[in-house]
Amino acid sequence: MSLKIVVGLDGSGSGNRALDHAKRMAKLVGSCELILVYVIEWSPYTFQTPEENAKRHGRREEEIALAHSRVIDPAVAAVQSDGFKAKGVVLHGDVATLLNEVAVGEDASQIVVGRSSEHGIKQRVFGSATSNLVMHAQLPVTVVA
Amino acid sequence: MKNYKLAALTGLTALMSAPAAFAGIDESVNAAFAKVTGPFVSLIFSPFPGTNFPWIVGWLVVAATVFSVYFAFIQFRAFRLSISIVKGDYSDPNDAGEVSHFQALATALSGTVGLGNIAGVAVAVGIGGPGATFWMILAGLLGMASKFTECTLGVKYRNEYADGTVSGGPMYYISKGFAERGVPGGKFMAVLFSIFCILGALGGGNMFQANQAHAQISGVLGEYPGWITGVIFAGVVFAVIVGGIKSIARVTEKVVPFMGVMYVGAALIILIVNADQIGWAIGQIFNGAFTGLGVAGGMVGALIQGFKRAAFSNEAGVGSAAIAHAAVRTKEPITEGLVSLLEPFIDTVVICTMTALVITISGALIVDPATGNYMLNEAGSAIATVGDVSGVGLTSAAFATGFSWFPFVLAIAVILFAFSTMISWSYYGLKAWTYLFGEGQGKELTFKIIFCIFVVIGAAANLGPVIDFSDAAIFAMAVVNITALYFLMPVVKRELESFMSRIKSGEIKKFKH
Repeated sequence: MSLKIVVGLDGSGSGNRALDHAKRMAKLVGSCELILVYVIEWSPYTFQTPEENAKRHGRREEEIALAHSRVIDPAVAAVQSDGFKAKGVVLHGDVATLLNEVAVGEDASQIVVGRSSEHGIKQRVFGSATSNLVMHAQLPVTVVA
Repeated sequence: MKNYKLAALTGLTALMSAPAAFAGIDESVNAAFAKVTGPFVSLIFSPFPGTNFPWIVGWLVVAATVFSVYFAFIQFRAFRLSISIVKGDYSDPNDAGEVSHFQALATALSGTVGLGNIAGVAVAVGIGGPGATFWMILAGLLGMASKFTECTLGVKYRNEYADGTVSGGPMYYISKGFAERGVPGGKFMAVLFSIFCILGALGGGNMFQANQAHAQISGVLGEYPGWITGVIFAGVVFAVIVGGIKSIARVTEKVVPFMGVMYVGAALIILIVNADQIGWAIGQIFNGAFTGLGVAGGMVGALIQGFKRAAFSNEAGVGSAAIAHAAVRTKEPITEGLVSLLEPFIDTVVICTMTALVITISGALIVDPATGNYMLNEAGSAIATVGDVSGVGLTSAAFATGFSWFPFVLAIAVILFAFSTMISWSYYGLKAWTYLFGEGQGKELTFKIIFCIFVVIGAAANLGPVIDFSDAAIFAMAVVNITALYFLMPVVKRELESFMSRIKSGEIKKFKH
């Protein structure tokens, strides 16, 4: 049985550093699979116009396709070309909750994320996705600076 | 070129130096409008022969009662289940990112919660007395079953296009549902509904909103011609629906729920402060419901006003909500029907009742000390009020007895409510328009421009003709929609029974979240 590491990507530099770190660990472990996760921030409790609702289904497909083509697919390809087993997932919802859910569902050994890229009031009020993950995750979390 | 500039300049100075001309524009708009809409209004509101009870009010209440009985009072049986569905207990996590039940409900609510709850209730209580509240609540409770029926059908028979967009509403369930059941005339009725829906969008969803927004603004800032408010509103609406400036709509959609909570909060505080009078106010509501307490039209007047305003406020049976609810992501159309039945509850049973209680307790309605009954105004058409106010002005005055600054907040709330209702109805109207004329940018633009022009007319006209036309157009939608619902309600029953039995058997389970 191989070890599984869940890596949270956000299309930014900090996500890439998390991925680099995960690859270094994978190399040390040997038999290891990387699960790359991109979460599109979404809540079922927002307020939208009727027009936005009518177009939502199509917009969601676009968002998923974009996340795959811009972030997840190139990252998976790069990791695989480095000789690791890897797969990618794109999900809608809360970052901290979903990274934890995927990791628990896959029976992973740990989660690797970059330091949060959010700033300003939102982070002060709600905390960053990274700190929420660290607080609530059910398995070890590595935060890469 | 120079000539144009000169002409523009002369025009501008003329506008600035002739305030009398402003009033002239308002007057002529008003007269022309009342003349054009008069016959349509009289037809819809004609009373049953030998009575003064409008047939249309009976039509709505009978329908709501039929649906309540036919679905064995689903609004009470499934109330907890509805809340559980809105919370997302039955939503598949794999559908995250799609339109949730909560979002569909919130969107539909922002189309209905608005001036009907603030101004409409004041009109009802002003004419029909506090007793109108009783009938309003009853109509709201029964209306939950109408809403349930139409929104289930809205999802079941919606169109899903290749680009991922969805279109639903009465015009789709009438044409598809009738064809499926082999009932003739579906296409004709769908077209008829679309025509009335466009009129409703221009009336209640537009002119009434612009009109009352102007009344509120001029109440705070001082009198000025209505068409100025109209032009400003039309400009902003234009920017959103034609210019595609989503940020304005997005801000509104976020501020409106906040305003709604604040409105209910303020009403609650006023009620708590006057807690000793709540018993008396409820007494007034019950007494008034059956005796009329001497208001215009007596008990029947209270009943008609209560039913009318409830229907106008929560739109149950009208069919508009079915358009808004159709966008939800669900495999079970019935779940959206169940969610939608919360709408008349929140809108009418909670928010409208708050307004009515605050108006009753505030003492804004003048009581004759000799008889203990309400005094009529000089014209004898409504209850005399302190400061001779009506509509949104009455609500504003009533809330001002609790918080002197509240009229300012209410002015902002009214503007935002009016605006969000306009945005919603511009979409309902547009859906009806494209059903009639087909999709296409040019066709859509035509409707959107007409919509903006009606904002100006609505702000400039008097409340009387505007409210009459708005009611008439919206109720005309209900005539077609409810007829269709009678034919299609067995479809809903089948869906409901299948869903309930699968919940009972455990086939449909709550998802772990």
